[in-house]
Amino acid sequence: MTTTATPLTDTRSAEAIRAQKAAERAEGWRRRAPLLPALIFVIVCTQIPFLLTIWYSLRSRNLLRPEGEQFVGLGNFADIFLDSTFRAAALNSVIITLGCVVVALLLGLGLALLLDRPFAGRGVVRTLLITPFLIMPVAGAMLWSISMFNPSYGLVNWLIGLVGISPVDWTSQYPVFSIVVALVWQWTPFMMLLLLAGLQSQQHDVLEAAAMDGASKWETFRYITLPHLRFYIELAVLLGVIYVVNTFDHIYLMTAGGPGTASANLPFYIYQRAFLGFDIGQSAAMGVVTVLATIIISLLALRLIFRSLNAKEQS
Amino acid sequence: MNVAAPPQTPSTDQGAPGVTPGIRGNGSAPKSRSSGGLLTAFTWVVALIFFAPVVWMVLTSFKQESAAASSPPSFFFEPTLDQYRNIFTSDAAPYFLNSVIATGASTVLVLILAVPAAYALSIRPVKRTQDALFFFISTKMLPIVAVIMPIYVIAGQIRMLDNIVTLIILYTAMNLPIAIWMMRSFFLEVPGEVLEAASIDGASLIMTMRRVLIPMVAPGIAATALICVIFAWNEFFFALNLTAANAATAPIYLMSTMTSEGLFLAQLSAASVLASLPVVLAGWIAQKQLVRGLSMGAVK
Repeated sequence: MTTTATPLTDTRSAEAIRAQKAAERAEGWRRRAPLLPALIFVIVCTQIPFLLTIWYSLRSRNLLRPEGEQFVGLGNFADIFLDSTFRAAALNSVIITLGCVVVALLLGLGLALLLDRPFAGRGVVRTLLITPFLIMPVAGAMLWSISMFNPSYGLVNWLIGLVGISPVDWTSQYPVFSIVVALVWQWTPFMMLLLLAGLQSQQHDVLEAAAMDGASKWETFRYITLPHLRFYIELAVLLGVIYVVNTFDHIYLMTAGGPGTASANLPFYIYQRAFLGFDIGQSAAMGVVTVLATIIISLLALRLIFRSLNAKEQS
Repeated sequence: MNVAAPPQTPSTDQGAPGVTPGIRGNGSAPKSRSSGGLLTAFTWVVALIFFAPVVWMVLTSFKQESAAASSPPSFFFEPTLDQYRNIFTSDAAPYFLNSVIATGASTVLVLILAVPAAYALSIRPVKRTQDALFFFISTKMLPIVAVIMPIYVIAGQIRMLDNIVTLIILYTAMNLPIAIWMMRSFFLEVPGEVLEAASIDGASLIMTMRRVLIPMVAPGIAATALICVIFAWNEFFFALNLTAANAATAPIYLMSTMTSEGLFLAQLSAASVLASLPVVLAGWIAQKQLVRGLSMGAVK
């Protein structure tokens, strides 16, 4: 009796385990099913082109030259690092991105502090201030390059003319500066919105206690508000960098990378090599390098976003 | 000790855009009223300076071309609607129509894909939720310029260049990660009891979605749609490289006013005003949602 009973329970439990596993698997797929369409869509649209970019970057291919394509290994990468224009474009990317993000952050912080108090028309002022961010970037870029910076009828030259400064051909003489000004104008509202959200999430009783204890406004700002804002400042900087490093519209429309290639950043230079020079191999190699550089920044950004996410979910 | 963790206090004016908490600044005793007045005046001046280029764009759009490009700038002029009339009688309509189609269709597609995906990453989470979230957001950090060439080649091979469907697909892929993150942050706010009650009632998944979840996160869906609309409407790089005569969108029209037969500044300004108006209005109305969307749900 016992001899037959044991295998019987064994098979029964094995069946039970199998059934349980099947059920788990079914549950797993039930949970996964709503996610899959989006996941597959994003993989197809982003990962496949990127793999192709890596493939292109290892091959020599120029649509203008008929000799066809061939495998050149890392040759394209060697070429682009020897290309002084590429290095200049990389430097411009850094200058434009950092210049824009730092200045926009400081202006945004100032504006957020100004708005973080009740006053007549606060809602209207906030609305006015966020508008530059909502203007179509193409319209914003042309507004600055023509209406503002035009050497003969631009508003900026008229303004500096009032104090006796002779007219300046902004986009030719100071192309990078002109681009940064237009970008700062567009991105300051973004910084302001994030920092204002940070200021308004401060606990009022802490600020009141500080005031009660005789802390000056500056001390309260320095030792309570600023540490509290740290998360928001980091988030604003990293998101700002991710968006601004990809700037293309302003450069294309304001200076076309010029004069010469003086104001080309990486996205613009890659575009030029691909769509005007038809050098697919090298433009792909530059794309790969840009992605590698962006990944480093992105990892920092992701860590931060996940930190906030986890902190929230624990609460 | 997570020093930089965001504060847990719920935002005071959440869900009620435009309603501001009037608490700040009353704590510190009777501050002199004049310094507050000065600060207010200063704030207004700064805001107006910042807003001035927008005003100038709108003013220019009501000028004749001669007045638009005058030196010194003309502040007093006889306003005219000629520029707007020109745009409405010119070939601008197809561009704007393309923008509406690309923006509308991609936003709808994004929502159809993002709402279930966000559900699977929040309410009934899949096993590797964090990995999936990480993957989605990492695609957002891929520089578009790094993938434009393969996209151009593939689109050319399958005869999809200058086709509005291509833009719709790419705008969907561009906005999907943000939408999933945003929708997830809204789903996470749905109280667990509500879902339990629904599952005890024996409601099916689809029923729970339709009857309970979707109505509860409707404001979130609206906010997500707003962000998608903004990014799709303003997109320029794909439109520039992948479209020509048939599928070109409003940003391309703006550019063409500058390059075709010389420069028509007043008309460009009018076109800029028209092209910016939908997003500006939407952003004005939904200021609070803007913050949440731009930070991908990290800041409420």
